[in-house]
Amino acid sequence: MRHIIAVLLENEAGALSRVAGLFSARGYNIESLTVAPTDDPTLSRMTLVTTGSEEIVEQIKKQLNKLIDTVKLLDLSDGPHIEREMMMVKVRAERPDREELKRLTEIFRAKIIDVTETSYVVELTGASKKLDAFIDAIPEGLLIEVVRSGPTGITRGEKGLTLS
Amino acid sequence: MALTGAKPNGADKAEADAKANRELSGAEIVVQALLDEGVELVFGYPGGSVLHIYDALFKQETVRHILVRHEQGASHAADGYARATGKCGVCLVTSGPGATNAVTGIATAYMDSIPMVVLTGQVPTPVIGSDAFQEVDTVGITRPCVKHNFLVKDVRDLALTIRKAFHIATTGRPGPVVVDIPKDVTDPNIKIPYHYPREIRMRSYNPVEKGHPGQIKKAVDLMLQATRPVFYTGGGVVLGEGSAQLTELVRATGFPVTSTLMGLGAYPTTDPQFIGMLGMHGTYEANMAMHETDVLIAIGARFDDRVTGKIEHFCPHAKIIHVDVDPSSISKNVRVDVPIVGQVAGVLTEMLRLYQAQKPQPDPAPIADWWAKIADWRRLDCLQYDRTSAAIKPQFAIETLCKVTDGDLYLTSDVGQHQMFAAQFYPFDKPRRWINSGGLGTMGFGLPAAMGVQLAFPEAQVACVSGEASILMCIQELATCKQYSLPIKVILLNNGYMGMVRQWQELFYESRYSHSYVDALPDFVKLTESFGHVGMRVERPGDLEDAMREAFAMKDRFVFMDVVVDPTENVYPMIAAGKGHHEMHLSPSLTDRELA
Repeated sequence: MRHIIAVLLENEAGALSRVAGLFSARGYNIESLTVAPTDDPTLSRMTLVTTGSEEIVEQIKKQLNKLIDTVKLLDLSDGPHIEREMMMVKVRAERPDREELKRLTEIFRAKIIDVTETSYVVELTGASKKLDAFIDAIPEGLLIEVVRSGPTGITRGEKGLTLS
Repeated sequence: MALTGAKPNGADKAEADAKANRELSGAEIVVQALLDEGVELVFGYPGGSVLHIYDALFKQETVRHILVRHEQGASHAADGYARATGKCGVCLVTSGPGATNAVTGIATAYMDSIPMVVLTGQVPTPVIGSDAFQEVDTVGITRPCVKHNFLVKDVRDLALTIRKAFHIATTGRPGPVVVDIPKDVTDPNIKIPYHYPREIRMRSYNPVEKGHPGQIKKAVDLMLQATRPVFYTGGGVVLGEGSAQLTELVRATGFPVTSTLMGLGAYPTTDPQFIGMLGMHGTYEANMAMHETDVLIAIGARFDDRVTGKIEHFCPHAKIIHVDVDPSSISKNVRVDVPIVGQVAGVLTEMLRLYQAQKPQPDPAPIADWWAKIADWRRLDCLQYDRTSAAIKPQFAIETLCKVTDGDLYLTSDVGQHQMFAAQFYPFDKPRRWINSGGLGTMGFGLPAAMGVQLAFPEAQVACVSGEASILMCIQELATCKQYSLPIKVILLNNGYMGMVRQWQELFYESRYSHSYVDALPDFVKLTESFGHVGMRVERPGDLEDAMREAFAMKDRFVFMDVVVDPTENVYPMIAAGKGHHEMHLSPSLTDRELA
């Protein structure tokens, strides 16, 4: 099963490589991993997406918790949560295709953020599946480049993954 | 509680204030921090990046430095010291090859959860990343085999980092911690005020102490209903100082107890309730009891593959209780029914209290029936060997060692057949007496580990059981033993082969002995003598006891006994890889008998 796990890490050199090393050393799947500092500059927040049986995901969480740099961990999949991923797509946009690409962008509530004579860059944020659907919807032969951030997530309701 | 260490009077306070205001260089901070941690011994080897630290060491006499002959020796010696004393081992090595040589010892300590702080020199911060002379990414190389590691880039972080290193290494599930220190951080010309924090709090590191009372209650309820219970105990009981509590609980319940290789000595192995080591080379009775048990009580053990055999066949009838200080050990390999995360000593005490509070105590009849079954298995005498052999049997050598030393040794070993024979035949009635590399299985561990033990306990009898292949992997440490006059006794079970490799090749590769014969062995007697020690060679069973008595009578000498043993002897019983506890190979002299 797919799990999305949020981790608060000490914002120390090497913390990211400890997490990456853990996954490769123990042979765990990792679909995506994003990390950035938080409002508290001493903390980084990492979101990782992994798949595995319940036993394996349980071990992954225990092993992550065991890292000395891990301050707090939450499996977002355990409760109601919101997941978002950002994507930028570069498409070939010559005269005959421009209108259809604009329509598609509107349907997906995406934004065109760069325009040239022959190309668009489209920005789209949403659940990973929506991003997949957008890529699928682009007419064949027009896709030039896809950049995805990997999902991040947050729990619903007033409780947050914070230190307190 | 006594206020040991507290110094309430004014004079001491003034002294403390003066101390607090002292300005020290990075190199002096390293040494002062070791003093403040109460470190007695540092095992190390100097080199360019640690010269400032060595200079600071030179100017004091409290911390004793032991010069090894290879950095692997330093990390194993610090490890042996830690295993025997329960204190944190410390080693100090230079950057680059100094650090990489130490890695085998660090990984060895990591696999067996040994508290150790490894100080490594690093090239100066401005040249890190430039492929400087003797530069390696020590933090990167050691990351997967340490509990944690640090690179100290600023001298102002040095004292706190060393404090953290000791804190992390010695608490929770212990393990090695590397502190990588660039040379410029130890610059003797840059002095800063020294403050060593006593108390330390890390928001990201809070090891569990007490086990959950509800879980302990559940475990005891299971124990009270058990009809075929077994205690399965591991190195965690030794590391967690839970030996006395375990012994009390085992005696109060009357249950049988088996132990892993790492746990030997946590419960006295000569006690009738001890049914022998379990696992790949465990006793028939221990492995059969595992197979038949209805309640397995695992304490500080980690369900290693050498213990469980094939997981599908592991304890098929049992409810499993597992006590461990490390949550990630629980349900890692085997799903358990009652997990208890906590320090073993405290959990065992609480288990005992609840067990004894139960009125009336459980019916003793089922446990008596269980013991009758175990007695049947025991009657097989699975460890028997040919006592009439004209060659010295390795088992006989260990039994003779036991006789000569009254079973009172600190015994280290290397890895292979000799290690298993020592585990099977030498009695360990106290914890921290059996010192070997269980998890990593590091050949070359035994001799340097024995140095650490002997330096910790100068008056104790320390011996190293080794093989002619293993001993050569750290043979250079004979020089260290000479320099510090360490009266260790090496008992070399010399069969001319990498015995365990040969055994597997015999059993699983149709006796194709591919590269397991150690050709061109040295004359160990002359070799030892050339280092200034006493060498002896024994070839006949009849000479062994007297020779050993002679060796152990030389109380102030290092003696190397080259004992020529039967090269064809195998370790039995044996569970082949991928087999269950009930599928043991027994010694050929037993296999024609009908098994239960």
